Amino acid sequence: MNTEQHSPWVRVHPLAVRLTHWINVVAMLIMVTSGWRIYNASPIFPFRIPGDITLGGWLGGALQWHFAAMWLLAVNGLVYLAYGIVSGHFRRKFWPISPAAVIADVLAALRGKLSHEDLSIYNAAQRAAYATLILAIVVLVLSGLAIWKPVQLQGLAALMGGYEGARIVHFVAMALAVFIVIVHVAMVALVPRTLHSMITGNVRRVRT
Amino acid sequence: MKPRIAPGQALAAIPKRKIESIERRLFLRRGLSLGALAMLTGCNVTDQESVEKALMAMSRWNDRVQGWLFDPTRLAPEYAESAITVPFPFNAYYGEDEAPEIDADDYRLELGGLIRDRKPWSLPELYALPQVSQVTRHICVEGWSAIGKWSGTPFRSFLERVGADTTAKFVGFKCDDDYYSSIDMPTALHPQTILAFRYADQILPAKYGFPMKLRVPTKLGFKNPKHIRAIFVTNEYPGGYWEDQGYNWFSGS
Repeated sequence: MNTEQHSPWVRVHPLAVRLTHWINVVAMLIMVTSGWRIYNASPIFPFRIPGDITLGGWLGGALQWHFAAMWLLAVNGLVYLAYGIVSGHFRRKFWPISPAAVIADVLAALRGKLSHEDLSIYNAAQRAAYATLILAIVVLVLSGLAIWKPVQLQGLAALMGGYEGARIVHFVAMALAVFIVIVHVAMVALVPRTLHSMITGNVRRVRT
Repeated sequence: MKPRIAPGQALAAIPKRKIESIERRLFLRRGLSLGALAMLTGCNVTDQESVEKALMAMSRWNDRVQGWLFDPTRLAPEYAESAITVPFPFNAYYGEDEAPEIDADDYRLELGGLIRDRKPWSLPELYALPQVSQVTRHICVEGWSAIGKWSGTPFRSFLERVGADTTAKFVGFKCDDDYYSSIDMPTALHPQTILAFRYADQILPAKYGFPMKLRVPTKLGFKNPKHIRAIFVTNEYPGGYWEDQGYNWFSGS
């Protein structure tokens, strides 16, 4: 950061993170909305998803979207994970995650007192939310593979309680991911300069 | 597509042909109800045809990937008879009372395409072939699954007996309920792919596909044609009833 001391802008999100973030937004939007349509063909819980917020128009169309966008989600996700591990991004941004700090920050957030002064540092609530979202997407991909290939990948399917178990895992992981995304988008709405920084990568330097 | 009230319940109480065609039109009209999404993907919202083309191209790509993933020796899990789903659900693109009535005495299985001996087969001749049984999970494209017991003759040995060209790409099926479908040759030769004549040790009732159904536990349910009238071997892509409307052709599990 020393070289940037005279710029009014501070780089908080590297290009690789911003690119994979926005590609992931598109992929998740397609996967979730087409997945809801597929779910409606044979619901495993006593409710359906309103058709108007689903993608594909009918089961066959939804499956086409789902099985096309899965490549985008998986390839983009692998690029992001590889970048996060190799560059040290995960270690720098996510470590350490302490349960006590997470609880303290979540409570502060609920009281509207969570500081976002320095956007280059994830607070504990962010660390927990983003790490859980990454984990939920990994589980979504694995359970999706088990549902898609319950014979060829029967070991993976068995880990999730077989084909029917994998369907439940897939749905629960989706619900968790959607919940985190809703909270995430609400937080962005409360602190709009975070949206700017995820597009340009920069935030205005805070003078103290 | 259609409400599934509870596992094992008869699935389609009403004729579905109409519903499917309406849904198909809705797909064409509303396929891009999330217009902003299409813009994000870089596709022109007004050019729906190119979106459908792109999705079909991805589906063809997924056929290839599934062909590579398919292990011709990997067996689908088999279950104890106590795990069988009772009653086993009826499923077709029409209602249960519309299943075709086929006369057992007049019935002949026709063979065509790249097959050396195309003599038609009567039911007693087919029943006299070596028989095997399996208790496997039927997985529907809609997501539900059910376990059933099918008995019949291994499809591989039948194809070899009639001198089918097993180096050809496809095996196609024409059915007495106007259904049609096709599978890849490696799946046709898989040890668990059987020409099934019995369900739960009884001659297949009309609702389960009398006089025969292709049982393929390594593919989704709609790749298991019932009421088969003709089998042909070909190198030209034969498509299928659902496949031609957009379901993925390989649909392996």
